[in-house]
Amino acid sequence: MTALKPLGRAILFALIGFLIGAGLSAALVEAAGRDEMKEPIIAGGYMFALIGWLFGVGVWGSWVREWFGATVKPFHIEGWGRYLGFSTDHKVIGVQYGVTTIVIFLLAGALALLMRIELADANSTLLSRTDYNTVMGLHGIMMIAVAVAALMGGFANYVMPLMIGADDVAFPRLNALSFWIVPPVAVLLILTPLFGGMDTGWTGYPPLSSQGPTGNLLFLMAFTTFGLSSILGGLNFLATIITMRAPGMTWSRIPIFVWAVFAASLISLTATQFVAYALLMVIFERVFGMHFFDGTIGGDAILFEHVFWFYSHPAVYVMILPAFGIELEILSHFARKPVFAYKWVVRAFFSIVGLSFVVWAHHLFTSGMSSELHGPFMVLTELISIPTGVVFLAAVGTIWRGRLWLKTPMLFAMGVIANFLIGGLTGLYVADVVTDLNFQDTYFVVAHFHYTIVGGEIFALMGAIYYWYPKITGRMYSERLGRIHFIGMMVLYNVTFIPMFIVGAQGMNRRVADYPAEFENLNMFITVSSLLLGLAFIPFVYNMVNSWIRGRKAGDNPWGARTLEWQTTSPPPEENFETQPVVVEDPYGYGDPDAKHFEFPSGSGHVAEPAGGDD
Amino acid sequence: MAMTDLIHADLHERYGTKAYSSLTMHRLGLWLFIISDAFFFTALISSRYFVSGTDRPDALIQELGLALTAVLLLSSLSAYRSEVAASHGDTEGAKRWIMITIIAGFVFLGGVVFEWYEAFHDFPPGSGFGTTFFTLTGIHTTHVISGIILLAFVYRRAAKGEYGPGHYWGVEGAAKYWHFVDLAWVFIYPTLYLVGESVEMGAHG
Repeated sequence: MTALKPLGRAILFALIGFLIGAGLSAALVEAAGRDEMKEPIIAGGYMFALIGWLFGVGVWGSWVREWFGATVKPFHIEGWGRYLGFSTDHKVIGVQYGVTTIVIFLLAGALALLMRIELADANSTLLSRTDYNTVMGLHGIMMIAVAVAALMGGFANYVMPLMIGADDVAFPRLNALSFWIVPPVAVLLILTPLFGGMDTGWTGYPPLSSQGPTGNLLFLMAFTTFGLSSILGGLNFLATIITMRAPGMTWSRIPIFVWAVFAASLISLTATQFVAYALLMVIFERVFGMHFFDGTIGGDAILFEHVFWFYSHPAVYVMILPAFGIELEILSHFARKPVFAYKWVVRAFFSIVGLSFVVWAHHLFTSGMSSELHGPFMVLTELISIPTGVVFLAAVGTIWRGRLWLKTPMLFAMGVIANFLIGGLTGLYVADVVTDLNFQDTYFVVAHFHYTIVGGEIFALMGAIYYWYPKITGRMYSERLGRIHFIGMMVLYNVTFIPMFIVGAQGMNRRVADYPAEFENLNMFITVSSLLLGLAFIPFVYNMVNSWIRGRKAGDNPWGARTLEWQTTSPPPEENFETQPVVVEDPYGYGDPDAKHFEFPSGSGHVAEPAGGDD
Repeated sequence: MAMTDLIHADLHERYGTKAYSSLTMHRLGLWLFIISDAFFFTALISSRYFVSGTDRPDALIQELGLALTAVLLLSSLSAYRSEVAASHGDTEGAKRWIMITIIAGFVFLGGVVFEWYEAFHDFPPGSGFGTTFFTLTGIHTTHVISGIILLAFVYRRAAKGEYGPGHYWGVEGAAKYWHFVDLAWVFIYPTLYLVGESVEMGAHG
C-alpha cells in the first residue's frame, strides 16, 4: 500500500487545491459583480488543483521543503511501486512517460476508429456533429501529446543519459516534475466531453474557441499545461547533453540520436512559449473578458494563427527529429555500417531547427494573411526539403551495400524511409501556394501529415520500442509477433492512408462528419482497412506485456551494438554504470575490427559482452 | 585532437566523471530558462501592435510609468549589490540589499495596482488597448511576484548564514532572475507608454 501513498496524497491535495482556488475565484467574481461567470472559477480551481497535485505527489516532500531550510525526503521505493511516485531516476521517468504515452496512443487510436466508423457512410449515423468534432479534437490533441512526449519524454529520457555515459540528467527533480505535470493534462482532456465538448479541433482557432462551451476551456488549459512539461523537458536535455557527457565523449563522438534530441530540445525550449501565449490569449478572453481577436475592437483573429503556428510548425520537428535520430541509429547498428555522412546529418538537423522558425505562415495561405507573404513562406518551406533530403540520403547511404540484419527494429526503421519519402514528397504540394489553395482543408492534407508523423515518427517509435525493449525490461520480445505486427502495420497503414490522398485530391473536406455521397465507396474502404490496422496492434500489446512477464532473458547487448547504453546490465543499475566508461572514438566504427568506442578503466567494474560482435 | 576536445578532457581532469561543476550546471539551467521566457515576452510584446496598433491612450499616467521604471531599474542595482556582498561573506550586507530589492519590488507592485485602478475606468480589460495593457503588465507582475518570493526565500537562508564566498548560488540565481524581470520591463515600458501617438480613447477604444 505504501506504493499508492504518493498518488493518494496527490489526489487529496488536488481536491483541496481545487476547493481553495475555486473559492477564491468565486469571491473575486462576486466582488466584481459578475455572478454569471463560471469559467474563472473553473480556471482558478484548476490552477490551485495543479499545484496541490504536484505538491502532493512529491514536489513538496523532496523539493520545496528545502527552500524552507527543512531536510528533504528523497523518494525511495523498490519494485513496481517506484513507477507510481516522484522518482528522480531518469530510467523510471522514461518508463513512466513511455507507458503513459502508449496508453494515450491506443486510446487516441480508438477515437480515430470511432471517427472512421462514422465516416463509413456519407450521413451522420453513430455520432452527432458536436460529438464528432469533440472526438476529432481529442484524437488530434492526444496524438500531438503522444508525438511530442513519446520519443522526447520516453526514449530521450531513458536512453540519452545512458548513451552519453551519464548517471542521470542534469536536473533530476525537474525531470520528475515535467512528467507529473502530464496526468492532470489527461484528466482535463477526459473531462472535456462532460463540459459540452469542443468544436475547434486541436488547433483551437478563435473566435470559435473563445465562444464555444466550457469544454474548450479545459482543452486550452490542458494544452498549456502540457507545453510547460515540454519546455522543462527541453531545458533539462540541453543542460544534460552540454554538461553530463562522459570523459572523452566530445561533440564529434556523441551518437546521432543524442544530436537529434539536442536539436529538438532547442525547439521545445523556445518555440513552446509561443503556443503557451496563443492559448493564454484565448483563456484570457474567456476568463477575463479581454478582446484579442475581435476585429470591431481592434484585435485580429489572424494573430492567434500566427502565434499558434510559430510553435506548432516547429513542433513537428520536435516529433520528427528524434525519429530521424532513432532511424539512423537502428539502421547503422543493424547494417553494421557507420552512419553515412554523420557530420552532414548533424548540420542538417540544425538547419531544420533554424528553418523551422521561419516557415509557420504556410499554414495561413488561405486564412486571409496578406498575399505578399505567400511567396517568401512558400520558398522558405520548400528550403526545408534540402536538410530533410540530406537525412533521407544519409539513411539510404547507411544501408547501402550493408549486410542487413532484418530484425523487427530494422524493419520499422526501413519502414520510416519508405513512408517518410511519401510524406515528404506530398508535402511539396501543400507547401506550394497554388496547389495548396486546392488541397487546403481536404483529406490530402490529412494523408500528408499522417504520412510524416505516423509513417515517420510512429514507425520510428515502434522501432525504438523493439530496439530498446531488451535493455529496458531485460527480456527479449517475441520476434515472430514483432514481424507480424510490422507487416500488418506497414501494409494496412498504407492501404488506409493512400486512398485519403485520392479523396482529398477530389475535394473531400476534412473535419466534417457528413460528405458528398460520391466519396462513399472509397471511405468505406478506408474505414475497413483502418479497423484492420487497429487489429494489427493486438499482437504488439500482447507481445509487450507477455514478454515483459515471461520473455527469455535478453542479455546485456543482444544486438552487439557499440553505443554506451548496451555496455551495462539490462536493465541498468540505478547509477547506470558501475564504473565510469571513457570514450575514445565515435560509436559507429563497424567494419574496422580495431575500432572501439569506449573503454572501462582497467580491472574494474562490469564489462558487458564485447560490442561489435557478430549475429 | 580538436581544440574543444582538449578543453573537454581538461575539464574532466578537474571535475572527475562530470565535465562541469554543479554551479556551472545551475547557471546554464537558469540561462536556458531565461532564453525560454524571453521568447514568451517576445510573443507578448509583438501582439501589442497586432491588437491595438501603435496608438496609446492619453489617460496613461506618464509620470507613474517613468517612476515605476526608475524604481525597477534601481532595484537591479541593489540585487547586484546583494550578490557581491554574499560573495564576500558579508551576511549583513547581503540581507540589507536583498531587503531593499524586495521593498523596491513591492513599491513597483503598488504603482502597478494604482495604474490598474485608474485604467479600469479609462481603458478596461475588454477594450483594445486595455487587452494588451492588462495582459503585458499582468504577466510581468506575476514575474515580479515570483521574483519577490524567490528573494524572500533567499533572505531567510542568508539570515541563517548559509551563503559565503564560493557558495552563494541562491543569491546569484535570484539576482539574475530579478535582472531578467527588469530587462523585460525595459521592453514593456516603451511598448506601452512611449510608442506611437497619444490619443483620446473611450472605454471601448
